[in-house]
Amino acid sequence: VTISEADFRYVAELVRVETSMQYDVGKEYLVRARLQPLARSAGEPDVAHYVRRLRADAVERRRAVDALTINETSWFRDREPFRVFVEVMLPRLVEARAGRRELRIWSAASSSGQEAYSLAMLCEEHLPAGWSLDILATDVSEAMVERVRAGRYGQVEMNRGLPATHLVQHFRRVGTEWEVSQRLRSVVHARQLNLAAPLPHLGTFDVIFLRNVLIYFDQATKRGILGRIQACLSPDGYLVLGASETTLDAPDRWTTERHDRVSLQRPSPTTPTTPAVRAAADRASATTGA
Amino acid sequence: MHALIIDDSRTMRAILRRTVAALGFETSEAGHGREALDLMEGGLVPDLCLIDWNMPVMDGYTLVTRIRAEPRWRGVTLMMVTTEGTHSHIVRALAAGAHEYVIKPFTADAIVDKLRLLGLLEDTRAAAPGHLVVSERVLA
Repeated sequence: VTISEADFRYVAELVRVETSMQYDVGKEYLVRARLQPLARSAGEPDVAHYVRRLRADAVERRRAVDALTINETSWFRDREPFRVFVEVMLPRLVEARAGRRELRIWSAASSSGQEAYSLAMLCEEHLPAGWSLDILATDVSEAMVERVRAGRYGQVEMNRGLPATHLVQHFRRVGTEWEVSQRLRSVVHARQLNLAAPLPHLGTFDVIFLRNVLIYFDQATKRGILGRIQACLSPDGYLVLGASETTLDAPDRWTTERHDRVSLQRPSPTTPTTPAVRAAADRASATTGA
Repeated sequence: MHALIIDDSRTMRAILRRTVAALGFETSEAGHGREALDLMEGGLVPDLCLIDWNMPVMDGYTLVTRIRAEPRWRGVTLMMVTTEGTHSHIVRALAAGAHEYVIKPFTADAIVDKLRLLGLLEDTRAAAPGHLVVSERVLA
């Protein structure tokens, strides 16, 4: 049983309009797999009936968009970017920010929060005492944002990539779930945010993790997102993309720094850096997609 | 690479065998801790032991302490795979010398993730920061 072409087109368009995320032809199986459990819990006999319901039911549409924008994630996912964070980014930033002793990190498209909390664990271990740390976790799905705030994970999620030493240090068992320590939850702040739309004022970040997100967007949207992201990144900060993602070969805006298999993106020295100029550049990239 | 799977459930042994065999491990099996020790005293030195906690004859916790007491088995990586999922169980196992801990139920991906952390799979040139912590704390 598969999803009809018309239903797939409707769902793909719904997700595109709401989030700018693209579900290309060929992803029918994925849409079906994500909608099937929702259809069941909504009491619909199959995905076709469920899609019919989506056309008339705004609450259910929200739920479907949430389900279709959730990415699978794990603790210290891909491991290498976290090693480079500890060995390269953090020492340099600690030196450069020695006067201010403040670090701000953004886990953009945080899903259920494992990336944000993984970074929080590493900062707790490696950031010198007396530093202030703020980690922003954003996701387009309100349900995911709620999960990040709750900081609770099931056993299957806990097994994915989390070293046992970190588990015993940073979590406590609550019923059948594990809860992140209050210490880590106090530095991770979660909010709902659509990267494909103009951003609210978020301040400036030293490190931005934006992994496995750009792959879902078309070129113009990618450019817009990268422009807005750069406007939030400190001139000496770091952008970490997914292993297969790039800054679209824009050397005038981004300089790539390689550390083994990890590429760090840094604002090019020529990039306009005063807030006003950056805001103008951001507006331009948002409106023209360039 | 050789994995010794120690679990009193034949089904669980089969699941773990399939999982690690697919990753290129040769496997041996034991139904309890004593049987595993017998195999190792007979000359089998596995790279990895996957160890259940609750078993007849000798439980997994005792097995971990017995293996860690033998310098000749210092290089053997020990991973608990058990339904015992309280905070204190995990702390006890790590303190006794287990390197990693997987709580049932688990997915095959979870085993793969952990073996990567432990440096037992090929693309482990750079282990996660956590792996270093595990090694220093448990093996030092």
